[in-house]
Amino acid sequence: MFAFVMRRLAVAIPTLLLLIIFSFILMHLAPGGPFSQERELPAQVLANLNEKYGLNDPLWKQIWNYLTGIVLHFDFGPSFVYPDRTVNELIASGFPVTLTYGTLSFIVAILAGVSLGVIAAIWHNSWLDYLAVGISIGAQVLPNFVMAPILVLVFTLWYRLLPGGGWSFTDPTFWIMPVIALATSYMASIARITRSSMLEVLGSNHIRTARAKGMPEHRVIIRHALKPAMLPVISYLGPVFVSMITGSVVIDIYFSTGGIGKAFVDSALNRDYAVMMGVTILVGALTILFNLIVDILYAWIDPKIRY
Amino acid sequence: MVIQQDKMQSLAARMAEDEVKGRSPWADARKRFLRNRAAMAGLVILILVALFALFGNRFAAWSNEDLDFNVMGQVATMGMPSVENGHYFGTDDLGRDLFARTVQGTQISLMVGIVGAAIAVIAGTLYGATAGYVGGRTDQLMMRAVDILMAIPYMFVLILLLVMFGRSIAMLFLGIGLISWLDMSRIVRGQTLSLKNREFIEAARATGVPAWRIILRHIVPNLLGVVAVYATLLVPLMILTESFISFLGLGVQEPLTSWGALISEGARTMSYGTLWQLAFPLFFFCITLFGFFFVGDGLRDALDPKDR
Repeated sequence: MFAFVMRRLAVAIPTLLLLIIFSFILMHLAPGGPFSQERELPAQVLANLNEKYGLNDPLWKQIWNYLTGIVLHFDFGPSFVYPDRTVNELIASGFPVTLTYGTLSFIVAILAGVSLGVIAAIWHNSWLDYLAVGISIGAQVLPNFVMAPILVLVFTLWYRLLPGGGWSFTDPTFWIMPVIALATSYMASIARITRSSMLEVLGSNHIRTARAKGMPEHRVIIRHALKPAMLPVISYLGPVFVSMITGSVVIDIYFSTGGIGKAFVDSALNRDYAVMMGVTILVGALTILFNLIVDILYAWIDPKIRY
Repeated sequence: MVIQQDKMQSLAARMAEDEVKGRSPWADARKRFLRNRAAMAGLVILILVALFALFGNRFAAWSNEDLDFNVMGQVATMGMPSVENGHYFGTDDLGRDLFARTVQGTQISLMVGIVGAAIAVIAGTLYGATAGYVGGRTDQLMMRAVDILMAIPYMFVLILLLVMFGRSIAMLFLGIGLISWLDMSRIVRGQTLSLKNREFIEAARATGVPAWRIILRHIVPNLLGVVAVYATLLVPLMILTESFISFLGLGVQEPLTSWGALISEGARTMSYGTLWQLAFPLFFFCITLFGFFFVGDGLRDALDPKDR
């Protein structure tokens, strides 16, 4: 197990380094420097700015400084547009919000999706199955940017039950709509995956054996069917988690929740490359970390995998 | 032993006839697909949407760029969908005809979806087939590269690309195409691995056919079934990606439009009571996704030998 984790880490760390270098080079290639705005700056000011932010150094040295800054001090450098704020501050103000509703919708999507899928598989070809399949097919074409306006229309404009935007860590009414908007389409995919893998497992020999020896049905399902049926779901969790973070771009814009997506879009519109890169790298690191966790979980659950 | 010759002959004739009418795997698949009601419904929906995109403009009373000055400024009361003034789907908040705008958005979204999927299919198939066929260290290297690219948060990189190099449809295609082939290449590689030790490939190799020709002439045609299925499922994903980007205002720019841009506009203005601005683009967006998902699932069921 230890060797397996080490081997996965050996792939993960170069990936992260490559991502950092790649986005840095991308930033370097972009037409115009960070200070080329509508109003032309005096040449001396520009030269001073370039000097201050180290933009006159050769490319490899800039990359090296950036890399060591991140790795040694967890420092993503200064923002080019708001000179008094660092990228770290901008990220730190939004990240807890994103993490809160992202994690909540992750949990909701898994719980609702797996329950729907399991119900559909247990009562295969009954009205419950058709209902669950119907819900998951309907939910599949409702991505977050479609769900968000529909939810606001129904719950804020028509019934006036929930606040249409804003964020509070203490008041859960602010959480409901972002979480539903993010979770819906992934719940649908998880339900479909769970249903088909559960059906496959329920038809296999070890389930027949368990039933034949007189085990009660709920124990057959919970002890023997659920665990192997979860394998395809687990391998789908990596992409889902990433989408929760990516979806924050829409959620933050639409519900004004002020998460990390807002920092990203604002910086995109301001051409504040340092912030964009900081967010991209952070999300990339989270992606890699989460894929690592999923791989380990997978290897731990699936007895067929030898490491 | 009495041989009833004419009886035998008629039997032989009947057998020969049966032999001629043998069924190919493709005919089998077609039959299964035609019997699948959801898939056929999806196909009909897609044909209707395509006809709407191609010929919708013939029926539009207004062009997508003209402003209706009678409606302007009082869209909530005057801009409703109505047949009398020619705005079948109503107008947007500038007084432009929403029917014509929806036709235009449908054209662009479908184009992005199909071109994006086409890039993914071509790049992914060639890459995956090459990696799988060549094998060994090359394969390891090529697939590690895919692993690494997969770990990149592509939506963020796509937005990064669009902001840094200007928002244009070409950049959107490039960005979407760059990331979408990864899954395809993995699937194709897996299939290639199982194909490459078959006799007909061995025969081709024994007769001295060069590797690139074996890949193009013998491997790729045998992958078409799998590729077709995933291509059908890729199109809606591309449409989703484009709509996501356009919803943020980073995708296609005015005067062009797409479903995502229209939905975003509708979502922004719905508090004024102009619900039709959200409803019509959303309707087309959803039924098209339905159509592609149903057809994709139907194709998979039809072509997948596991479910026979």
